[in-house]
Amino acid sequence: MADLTYSPQLAAGAAPRSALARGYAHFRYVMTANPVTFLAFLLLAGMIVVALFGPLLAPHDPLATLADQALKPPSAAHWFGTDHLGRDVFSRVIVATRLDLLISVSAVAMSFVCGATLGAFAGYWGGWFDKLSGRLLDTIMAFPLFVLAMGIVAAAGNTIQNIVIATAIINLPFYARVARAEVSIRRNAGYVQAARLSGNSEIRILLMQILPNTLPPMMVQLSLNMGWAILNAAGLSFIGLGVRPPTAEWGIMVAEGANYIVSGEWWLALFPGAALMLAVFTFNLLGDGLRDLVDPQRRT
Amino acid sequence: MSTILHNPPLLAVKDLGVEFATRRGPVTAVRSVTLQIAKGETLGIVGESGSGKSVTSYAVMRILDRAGRIVAGSINFGGMALHGADEDTMSDLRGREISMIFQNPRAALNPIRPIGRQIEDVLIRHAQATHDQARANAIAALERVRIHDAARRYHAYPFELSGGMCQRVVIAIALACRPQLLIADEPTTGLDVTTQKAVMELVRDLTRSEGMSTLLITHDLGLAGEYCDRIVVMEQGRVVEQQDTAALFTAPAHAYTRRLIRSTPHAARTVRDLLPEDLRLPQPPAVPPRAAIAEPLLEVRDLVKAFDMPGGLLRRFTTRGNSGERTFRAVDGISFSIACGESVGLVGESGCGKSTTSAMIMRLLDATSGSIRFKGQELTALPAGEFARSPLRRDLQMVFQDPHESLNPRATAAQSIADPLRRLNGMTRTGEIRSRVEQLATEVGLPCDLLDRLPHQLSGGQKARVGIARAIATRPELLVLDEPTAALDVSVQAVVLNLLADLKAKFGMSYLFVSHDLEVVRLLCERVIVMRAGRIVEAGPTAQILAAPSAHYTRELLAAIPRPAHLPHHADEAKVARA
Repeated sequence: MADLTYSPQLAAGAAPRSALARGYAHFRYVMTANPVTFLAFLLLAGMIVVALFGPLLAPHDPLATLADQALKPPSAAHWFGTDHLGRDVFSRVIVATRLDLLISVSAVAMSFVCGATLGAFAGYWGGWFDKLSGRLLDTIMAFPLFVLAMGIVAAAGNTIQNIVIATAIINLPFYARVARAEVSIRRNAGYVQAARLSGNSEIRILLMQILPNTLPPMMVQLSLNMGWAILNAAGLSFIGLGVRPPTAEWGIMVAEGANYIVSGEWWLALFPGAALMLAVFTFNLLGDGLRDLVDPQRRT
Repeated sequence: MSTILHNPPLLAVKDLGVEFATRRGPVTAVRSVTLQIAKGETLGIVGESGSGKSVTSYAVMRILDRAGRIVAGSINFGGMALHGADEDTMSDLRGREISMIFQNPRAALNPIRPIGRQIEDVLIRHAQATHDQARANAIAALERVRIHDAARRYHAYPFELSGGMCQRVVIAIALACRPQLLIADEPTTGLDVTTQKAVMELVRDLTRSEGMSTLLITHDLGLAGEYCDRIVVMEQGRVVEQQDTAALFTAPAHAYTRRLIRSTPHAARTVRDLLPEDLRLPQPPAVPPRAAIAEPLLEVRDLVKAFDMPGGLLRRFTTRGNSGERTFRAVDGISFSIACGESVGLVGESGCGKSTTSAMIMRLLDATSGSIRFKGQELTALPAGEFARSPLRRDLQMVFQDPHESLNPRATAAQSIADPLRRLNGMTRTGEIRSRVEQLATEVGLPCDLLDRLPHQLSGGQKARVGIARAIATRPELLVLDEPTAALDVSVQAVVLNLLADLKAKFGMSYLFVSHDLEVVRLLCERVIVMRAGRIVEAGPTAQILAAPSAHYTRELLAAIPRPAHLPHHADEAKVARA
């Protein structure tokens, strides 16, 4: 019966490729289409390598103090110079990468998961839950966020775990708002209605049909937030709330180095500061590329 | 005005070529297009999506987007070479000498500026009025497009006006400076037929009285046939035929033109007539008459859907105690029934409540009151949110209006079709599902190698097939078709309508065909229901309603369908046959 051979629109398709090959081709396209994205992914890859193998890559022990080598400017032996206790700044900057990334990634992951869930439920069902969660998030946003993070860490105790939680809480409203907006515009989209007709339950529709489609804008938010979370963690350490010395961490290193800038020992603060800046820069650049990667419409 | 014959054409496009830079290299959108428009002439460009008809007009206006550029040919307008003109010259010409009206009038107007001010902007930009007279001129322009109470409407924002009114405002802006050429790019797509008629007649009267030339770009051959002096037919970036309107319909020279004329439903007597002549398919077998069942498949009685009017606290106070003013009845007490194996058309203009009715029958929306009985069971007993678990879910399925929007952009065609099989038929084994999906794809004429593509990698017709395959996957007894071909080209519409007719004959489904297009409904439905403002105006056998409508509104609807004099119409043929 379906022998309607007249079908001008039905040209023969391209040769089928495996999902992996298609994914790789798409990745390569996103990388080559925009050199900035390529640079950002390259920097990210470098940072991940440094974070994973930091202690192996560092030429010196980051905690070893050499009193006779204190406050030496950058040289062949100590590329970034040494600090007031004679520790190698280069090694400390490298080793600190792991801790800083760990704090920001886990904080952002937490706020992404909690915020997206909260926002998705509010956007999908609306009603009193939406109103309640909306006002709650408005309350969080009403505080100067860094001061709120300071308060949380000061009250809950000066541990890495609490820094992560504080950073996650202050980032939560951004994800919740993006998720709420993206879900509520798709709540009655054609494919969602079709999924209802196919017998999907509401929760299943939300999780399987709507949430994956909100990923592209969430990815931009995620990447911008990563840079911000790193700054936040470093900021907390800088003012003495957070990671404690002698642990290597960019924020503390900048804080410690700041005292020596006036006396001319600029390398103490400059290099960890530059590492911090580079990390934030990488994550800010990453946003568009990540969005293109998860957006199916970008595929051919 | 000079009356010398053979005076140079107002617009002469010669060998125009336009290319777009894309991810996979340059794509030629328009190649060697040559056309001319004389003073006072109305030229139609007709073609299906992707034919390059809009790109041609954008090239004339020089408003191609950044990826597109003119690679060959020349555009001459009243002795000026537009293809090489700089941006300053063009922006002086646009609006003053050449104006354009667009498909979506609401998007073409600035949403936060009163419409009168938007007309003033054009007048002042082209020094047609000083600030002192601008207002009076703008009101005069509104009056010219037959907007009642123009002085008051001057302050209206676009969102306060209907689609037809917005299009009139756009026309007023376009004609404010009395240009020599008006380019109308699908000016009535998305408007109701009665509104379409009013808008097109307005454009025709105004351009005639001013001696303007018009370039009408449309996918609707019937519309072009009724309003154009000459028609250019385009296919895949080329002009395939260029003829006087009468000659084009009586003696089409090119095979593509003949196919296009055949696909237009005005002349067809059955769905098979829409397909090209070289494709001879047997008529769909008549549905075997069923044993008379006392109870119809679907019975709707006194169905009402009322929506709360938006309004703030103040409004709530002022209308307190008078609930009638606070609610809007989208569907206002309608009753009808559908027998087993029957096709019923539900026809009406936008806002008449036809989509709300179909959503209630599909249990996507709860009714305010009334009853829907399906196979003897009351559907309204279960709230819409819980209907997914009802065993009746399998028997009630729907094909959506927009084939693109109704497919999840992240799901492949196979995943979309498999979804109801998993959820409603309880199939779990991958191999079993895959073979069933392939069987369904074959039934709707979708090549199986396209099943792993994402929606944006499929054409409009292919997406429509995926939507139909998904809807018939559970072998429903009642299929609601919500304008299933409204977003498709006529040749694809022809194929899809035939497919639907075949599937109905094969599986004995009942159809509720929701549409604004009486011509399409005529080909597919045995009975038709005409709705207006939430109520049923008229209902009865299709042939009877089309031949002798009893309601005034139905007559108005029928009269508004563009029907070029040259195109043979099925009613005329019937008269000839009787004689």
